[in-house]
Amino acid sequence: MRVSFEVNGRPVRADDVWAGESLLYVLRERLGLPGSKNACEQGECGSCTVYLDGETVCACLVAAGQAEGRSVRTVEGLADGEALDPVQSAFVDAGAVQCGFCTPGLLVQTHDLLRRTVGAGGQPPGDDEVREALAGNLCRCTGYEQILAAVRLAAERAGGAA
Amino acid sequence: MEFLRPADWDEALAMRAELPGARPLMGGTDVMVELNASGSEFGRPAELPEALIDLSGLPEPRGHGPDGGWLRLGAGVPYTRIVAELAARAPALAAAARTIGSPQIRNRGTVGGNLGAASPAGDAHPPLLATDAQVELASRGEVRRVPARDFYLAPRRTELRPDELIAAVLLPPAAGPQRFAKVGTRNAMVIAVCSFAIELRPALGEVGTGIGSAGPVPLRAHEAEDFLRAELADRWEARRPLPEAVERRFGELAARAARPIDDVRGSAAYRRHAVGVLARRTLRWAWEDYRKGADPCG
Ligand SMILES: Cc1cc2nc3c(=O)[nH]c(=O)nc-3n(C[C@H](O)[C@H](O)[C@H](O)COP(=O)(O)OP(=O)(O)OC[C@H]3O[C@@H](n4cnc5c(N)ncnc54)[C@H](O)[C@@H]3O)c2cc1C
Ligand code: FES
Ligand code: FES
Repeated sequence: MRVSFEVNGRPVRADDVWAGESLLYVLRERLGLPGSKNACEQGECGSCTVYLDGETVCACLVAAGQAEGRSVRTVEGLADGEALDPVQSAFVDAGAVQCGFCTPGLLVQTHDLLRRTVGAGGQPPGDDEVREALAGNLCRCTGYEQILAAVRLAAERAGGAA
Repeated sequence: MEFLRPADWDEALAMRAELPGARPLMGGTDVMVELNASGSEFGRPAELPEALIDLSGLPEPRGHGPDGGWLRLGAGVPYTRIVAELAARAPALAAAARTIGSPQIRNRGTVGGNLGAASPAGDAHPPLLATDAQVELASRGEVRRVPARDFYLAPRRTELRPDELIAAVLLPPAAGPQRFAKVGTRNAMVIAVCSFAIELRPALGEVGTGIGSAGPVPLRAHEAEDFLRAELADRWEARRPLPEAVERRFGELAARAARPIDDVRGSAAYRRHAVGVLARRTLRWAWEDYRKGADPCG
C-alpha cells in the first residue's frame, strides 16, 4: 500500500508498504531517517520515540498505515538547521551521551516533557516527574545520572530555573 | 495481509462481519508487538491475520461522556486521557491506567485493546470487575452490553464474537471510594505480578473486588466480598477505623479466591500471598477515603 504523511513539516510518501510494517521501519528504511533507533521492536526501550500528532509514541508499535495523513516529528526535526534544540545542547553539555543509541528517543521524550511543563509556563519538572516521563526509555551505558542532569539543565535553560 | 481503513464505525462493523479472519487494530501496543515478532528469527512462525482493520482513526471510540447516570468510555480512549480526564469519575481505572507501560505506551494503549487482548494480567480488568462495569459489544445487527464479570471466559478468550467489535465500557454511577494496587518489579513498564481493585458502595451497602494476574482470567473475590459486606453493614454509619482483624480476614479470603500459577514473573505461592496483602491494603485505603470523604454520592 501507499502511505502519505508529514515528517518534520515535509509531506512524504512511501510505496509498497507491507500492511504490518511499522512506522519505524518506514522512517528508517524507506524515508532515509535513521535517527529513530530500532533496538527491541517491542515497545520496551523507547529508542524509537517520535511525536505522532504531537504525542510521543514508540514508532515500532505504530503501523505505518496508522500514520496516513498524520504528522510525525522525529529527532531529526528537533534542531533548527545547524542550531541544536536546547534539549540536545543540554545532553551534550551534561555528558549524557555515551554510545548514543538511546539518545534520540530520550531527546524526543525530554523535549515533550519540557514542552508540557516549563514550555507551557509551568514549573520545571521535579525528579520524580522526570523519572516517570523517561520510564520507558532505557539506557545501557550512562547509569542515567547524566541524563537526569541534562534534563535539569535543559529545564533551567528553558527559563524554568527553580 | 491487507490494511483496511474503514471510513466510519458502521463500515468497520461491516468489515468485521465480512472478514472473520481480520484483526481489529486500535493503539497497536499488543498487535504490533506480535507482528514485529512474527517475522524475526525469535518470533513464532508467522501466522498472520487476513487483514488489519484500523480503528484508530475513527472518532466514535475515542470519546467519553455520561450515558444515563453511567459513564460511557469509548474503547479507543488512550490511557493518558483516562488518567488526565477521568481520575475523579473513575479512580480505580485511572489509577490502573497510570501504572501501564510508559508514557509512550499510555499515549497509544486503550481499554478496548486491553479487553481485546484479554491477558489475565491486563490492568484494566480488576477495576472493571470491582466497579461492576459493562462491556458494550457491537456487530452489524446488534449492540449488547455484557457485565465485565461475565466477559472473561478463559485465558485470552472472552464473550467477544468474531463479528463483533468492542465499542465502549460503561461504568456505573460512581458509588464510593475505589482503589487499585499492583505488584511488579518496578513502578513502570511492568506486567503485573498480581493486582487488586476494590470499590466500596456505602449507599448500597455493597463492595466490589477484582483480582488481576493471579488466575486464568481476571477474578472476583466473592467470599471476601460477602464477608466484608456483612462486616460493614453496621459500620458504615459510625465511620470508625476498621478493626485489623476485619482487614486481615478480608485479605485471607481474597488470597483464597486467587488461582495463580508459577511463571517467570512470580510463583503461585508468592502471588497468592501478595493478593492478600494488596486486598488488605486497598481495603484500608478505601475505608480511610470513606471515613474522610464527604458524602460520596454528593
Ligand atoms: C512495553 C509495553 C508495556 C505494557 N505494559 C502494560 C501494562 O503495564 N499493563 C497492561 O495491562 N498492559 C500492558 N501492555 C499491553 C498493552 O499496552 C495493553 O494491553 C493495551 O491496553 C492494548 O491496547 P491497544 O489499543 O494498543 O490494543 P491493540 O494492540 O490495538 O489491540 C489489542 C487486541 O485487542 C483487539 N482489539 C483492539 N481494539 C478492539 C476493538 N475495539 N474491538 C475488538 N477487538 C479489539 C486487537 O485485535 C488485539 O487482539 C504493555 C505493552 C507494551 C508494548
Ligand atoms: S524499538 Fe521501539 S521501543 Fe524499542
Ligand atoms: S548512551 Fe548507550 S544506551 Fe544510552
